[in-house]
Amino acid sequence: MARVMLLVNGASRGVEAGPETPLLEVLREQLDLTGTKYGCGEGQCGACTVQIDGTAVRSCVIKAASVTGREITTVEGLCAPDGKLHPLQQAFLDAGSFQCGFCTSGMILSGAALLKRHPHPSDEQILDAMQGNICRCGMFLRVKEALLRAVRV
Amino acid sequence: LNDLQVFELEPERYELIEAPKYRFEPDRREFLKTLGAGILIVSLIDRVEAQRRGNQSAPQDIGSWLHIGNTGKVTVFTGKAEVGQNARTSLTQAVAEELGAPAAAVELVMADTERVPYDMGTFGSMTTPRMAPQLRRAAAAARKMFPAGDWASLKFDRGDGELRAASIDADLKPNTPLGQSVPKVNGHAFVTGGHKYTSDMQVPGMLYGRMIRPEQYGAAIQSFDATDAEKLPGVKAVRDGNFAGVVATGTSAAAHAAKACKVEWKAVDESRSSSDSIYADLKAGAKIEMRQDLEDALAASKQKIERTYTVAYIAHVPLEPRAAVAQWSDSGKLTVWTGTQVPFGVRDELAGAFGLKPVDVRVVVPDTGSGYGGKHSGECAVEAARLAKAAGKPVKLVWTREEEFMWAYFRPAGVIDVRSGIDEAGRLTAWDFHNYNSGGSAIQTPYDVPVKRAEFHNAKSPLRQGSYRGLAATANHFAREVHMDELARLAKIDPLEFRLKNTSDPRLKAVLVAAAEKFGWSKSKGAIGIAGGFEKGGYVACCAEVAPAREAGKPPKIVRLVEAFECGAVVNPEHLKMQIEGGMVMGLGGALFEAVEFAGGRLLNGRLSKYRVPRFRDIPSIEAVLVDRKDLPSMGAGETPIVGVAPAIANAVFAATGERLRALPLFKSQGSGSRREAETN
Repeated sequence: MARVMLLVNGASRGVEAGPETPLLEVLREQLDLTGTKYGCGEGQCGACTVQIDGTAVRSCVIKAASVTGREITTVEGLCAPDGKLHPLQQAFLDAGSFQCGFCTSGMILSGAALLKRHPHPSDEQILDAMQGNICRCGMFLRVKEALLRAVRV
Repeated sequence: LNDLQVFELEPERYELIEAPKYRFEPDRREFLKTLGAGILIVSLIDRVEAQRRGNQSAPQDIGSWLHIGNTGKVTVFTGKAEVGQNARTSLTQAVAEELGAPAAAVELVMADTERVPYDMGTFGSMTTPRMAPQLRRAAAAARKMFPAGDWASLKFDRGDGELRAASIDADLKPNTPLGQSVPKVNGHAFVTGGHKYTSDMQVPGMLYGRMIRPEQYGAAIQSFDATDAEKLPGVKAVRDGNFAGVVATGTSAAAHAAKACKVEWKAVDESRSSSDSIYADLKAGAKIEMRQDLEDALAASKQKIERTYTVAYIAHVPLEPRAAVAQWSDSGKLTVWTGTQVPFGVRDELAGAFGLKPVDVRVVVPDTGSGYGGKHSGECAVEAARLAKAAGKPVKLVWTREEEFMWAYFRPAGVIDVRSGIDEAGRLTAWDFHNYNSGGSAIQTPYDVPVKRAEFHNAKSPLRQGSYRGLAATANHFAREVHMDELARLAKIDPLEFRLKNTSDPRLKAVLVAAAEKFGWSKSKGAIGIAGGFEKGGYVACCAEVAPAREAGKPPKIVRLVEAFECGAVVNPEHLKMQIEGGMVMGLGGALFEAVEFAGGRLLNGRLSKYRVPRFRDIPSIEAVLVDRKDLPSMGAGETPIVGVAPAIANAVFAATGERLRALPLFKSQGSGSRREAETN
């Protein structure tokens, strides 16, 4: 275990991490940023998605020690400083894009990364960006609807 | 008087009747403590307490169900759990409507065994038809005591809003829901990551648990050596019979410590059943009685057919795996937070495992990361409690995805044999329907047949099996509705017309027509299929269109699905649509590619990189059509919408390719469906 400095949601945070410790674990267990979820541990379900330098990344398969100095954004850091929701967070509420909500953080982080890269994404770009995020409650079409609403904002 | 207790368990809810997995021997000291407490216990208990102790009738005093504080806050107590079906919202809505109070004033305490009246569990689509009217009756009874009969007449600021507890008039009829869409209660916490699921909880001093398990079902521990593991900082290992696990200061540390334990497992009677042999295995030894009237009716039929349908074991894959946080008090009481659909059942399971009285166990269910019928058991709660007991500290145990696949339970596999006949006019003359192992839900045909039989046959399942959204209604509808399609083709009658001709149930006809109209059934030039049915108070009809694959040998593409659903009076149209859409998407997985593979007592695809569930690219255009029957009581919608999807698609595939598919899943799938480069996009 070694002291590792991470830049999380705009703040510098010190954590204890070994060479193999997943980013997901330090976010959840040391920084209490539990909006990022464990769902499979092998990068297949997308529940653990965060952004690193604006790109959607599965935090369960990324080692914490490998992302020092890079900008890590979790769902807790997506709101504006005044607490105003990110347009996609608001769109998820408006379009009813979730039921149990366990996939929601990951969906929003993947979707927000997509919108940053492609402010007006095509259907194909949406499918490409979101294929790695599973919603067992089956709200895929409403997630897509939320993305399209966020585009219009 | 009390409809909450009148509920007959379906035979396929195997997980609710199976023997407990763990029953730890209390040591003598604890045993004496238990006895002492028993002697000293005072027998004066109020009615709510009696509830908690196993008197399972629903209380009829308002105070058990709701409390109106003198600040204007309404607290509602219900044993139902929120697992994503929006019960928190729909029940809040029901109470607010009945009280005439703003929804924001109403807060639900859900699934906390110390605070809510006994409840059998959140399954069987019972929340809407039973819990909602119960809470409405309590709220209506409270409202009758309001000074001027309405919420506004209560003067909370002066503190005279206190109402005397009274009984709920049994004749009090709850109002019909207003049928308005209200947003999900607490939605903000879900989109900001603020909501704490069980797996997110931390309590002071908490350690992280990890179980040590065999690769094979039924294996027993032969030797256990934790010397190396316990040299690691903060690690404690526990072995108790075939229970083995560790606790450590973090998830990785616990996983590392578990690996450091040296365990030898002894296989117990290796099972010869596999996913290849399962359908023959399930029918082995079954006997069907000859019934002469059926044989005669079949013999007299103009045309008759005999077909076999199969469904595979599938996994629920709730995105939040089983999780529990267990904490023992100094006096030996146990509190466990866990994601379960059956909090009182898990409380009793814990009490049984540790030799405690149920009153000394509290189970609390935070709003949970889904269940779909897969979270009716308390093994993770028991394991966390056992680890916490050994550690002398609170312990959180979150099952890995692989554990969730292997050690939870599956939807039963099944074989369904159907024999049937029709006359010259295409009317059913005989119907003989046998379901092996998968279950009896929706086994009775909603079509008119003069001579018929439908039987469920128990079998010995090689895998642990139990409830799944819709239970066997999915399997039975798949077999029945594909068979109806086969008969329609035989009779050379349009499949929709064939169904309408063979049923006199106006509600079934109504959904078939509603789905077909919205879909454009009669005008469609595509490859289309239809299926309909009835279960748990809900009528469903689904139309599917598929397009042949561009490459030969590949499965056709599902182009669109339209499903009509009628479950009496609509409560919240938006949330009802979400339940229908969600059920349809979940149904797609079981229809198209989900199947558990196993051999020799081992799972072969028990992880998400090998077991495929629906993803974005699998989703066709989906439309839910609500048939609102304000004149009928509201029934649940969490389950029945799933049953129409598979047969509608199978029937559309036949229209597209001429190939009759009689096995679920319809297509074989390799891998997870996600892209290889899953780490980044």
